[in-house]
Amino acid sequence: MISFSLEKVNTEREAIRAAAMGGRFIAGGTTLIDLMREEVERPERLIDINALPMGGIRVDGADLVIGALARMAEVAAHPDTMHLQPLIAESLIEGASPQLRNMASIGGNLLQRVRCPYFRMLDAACNKRDPGSGCAAIEGVNGGHAILGTSDQCVATHPSDLAVALVALSATMRVRGPQGERSFPVEELYRLPGNTPHLEHTLLPEELIVEVRVPGGSYARRARYLKVRDRSSYEYALVSTAAALDIDGGVICQARIACGGVGTRPWRMRACEAALIRKAPDRQNFEAAAQLALEGTHALSGNRYKVELLPRTIVRALQMAGEIA
Amino acid sequence: MEPSEIELTVNGQLRRLRLDPRTSLLDALREHLDLTGTKKGCNQGACGACTILLNGKRIVSCLTLAVMHDGAEVTTIEGLMKGGELHPLQAAFIEHEGFQCGYCTPGQIMSGVGCIAEGHAHSAEEIRFWMSGNICRCGAYQGIVAAITDAAGRSAQ
Repeated sequence: MISFSLEKVNTEREAIRAAAMGGRFIAGGTTLIDLMREEVERPERLIDINALPMGGIRVDGADLVIGALARMAEVAAHPDTMHLQPLIAESLIEGASPQLRNMASIGGNLLQRVRCPYFRMLDAACNKRDPGSGCAAIEGVNGGHAILGTSDQCVATHPSDLAVALVALSATMRVRGPQGERSFPVEELYRLPGNTPHLEHTLLPEELIVEVRVPGGSYARRARYLKVRDRSSYEYALVSTAAALDIDGGVICQARIACGGVGTRPWRMRACEAALIRKAPDRQNFEAAAQLALEGTHALSGNRYKVELLPRTIVRALQMAGEIA
Repeated sequence: MEPSEIELTVNGQLRRLRLDPRTSLLDALREHLDLTGTKKGCNQGACGACTILLNGKRIVSCLTLAVMHDGAEVTTIEGLMKGGELHPLQAAFIEHEGFQCGYCTPGQIMSGVGCIAEGHAHSAEEIRFWMSGNICRCGAYQGIVAAITDAAGRSAQ
């Protein structure tokens, strides 16, 4: 780990000012410290933002509002989360380990770096870590990599489970920077790799995530997160699906579907959603809709199985959501 | 870089430390306070050997900087014994043979204490899920689950 300075800030203004001078925010630190030890991340100045009043969870009308500094475990166990947005709680509990969930903040979860093994290996080519050096994963070990949104420069998947649930639920985030505040959909936080895989998100360097807002919806209670992986807990997704359904009179009125483990960012499946409207929530309709998720997929040597696994995971998640009374 | 001064209450005792900001909480405990019960396994948050309680919650001490925890309360495996008596979960690990080589054991026990306190120890299945942040290379999982089940049952009485 290279040497760095660490300063504790007590106001958002101080935090933003310190970031404008080249500092990096640190909250839970579970991604950043790990990558600093590997010298994949080399910040010289850290800004400890844990004292800022951006924690907690509140209900605002029908919306669930989650502070950026709230910890994963705290959000997952909160009665308002479980009652209003059980999908958020389920996606959180399916991620990381109990210890990490006690440490990791919601803002940090959304900004966590990729888990591509080559990103962590300083002697391997990685355009994300070292722009222009190439991508070792495209011809390498790529069983865990993406089939959607890839480019010839990067094929890493976004690792957050929470982000998948938030994208499915059309959540928004509020960020604060030197020019004031702005709000935008969580989906727009993430960039496709294209020719610039080292640019992962749309925040300015000095912008601070303040909170995440999950709008209430008629589908929020009939929602499930299914994570398919190599072991049944504490593992990243091979394919995951967040599915939410509003069913009335035996037909689907609204559907929300997003998938993880398959895209270079959390992937909303709008074609699948549209295909389910005014249909009965049965296996045949789920299978027909799920096939639409394969539009634009591009498999690598090691991840062809995801082309089969993706629609199957969507179907199973829709069935699980549909089974909720 | 300038060392930072912090205070930690470790196992009930106030300790003052002067640390390079790079020092993990794990290294502060092991190298500066000589509390070597907490183990360094992977040093990347994957194995759980370094699990401690920070302000009452289980965390992996390798993935956090000590200087970020000025004023915090830390409990390590050395702090579980009370009045010369083993903590019920320590006793249960011995009774159920929840270890073989013992290297992961302090982390397993600290994580188990957290798991029981959180109310996530009602069944073997639940314990397996909520203990998944602790890896045992010897494969003593049957004994570990039995020990936590036993201790959780006793603490509920």
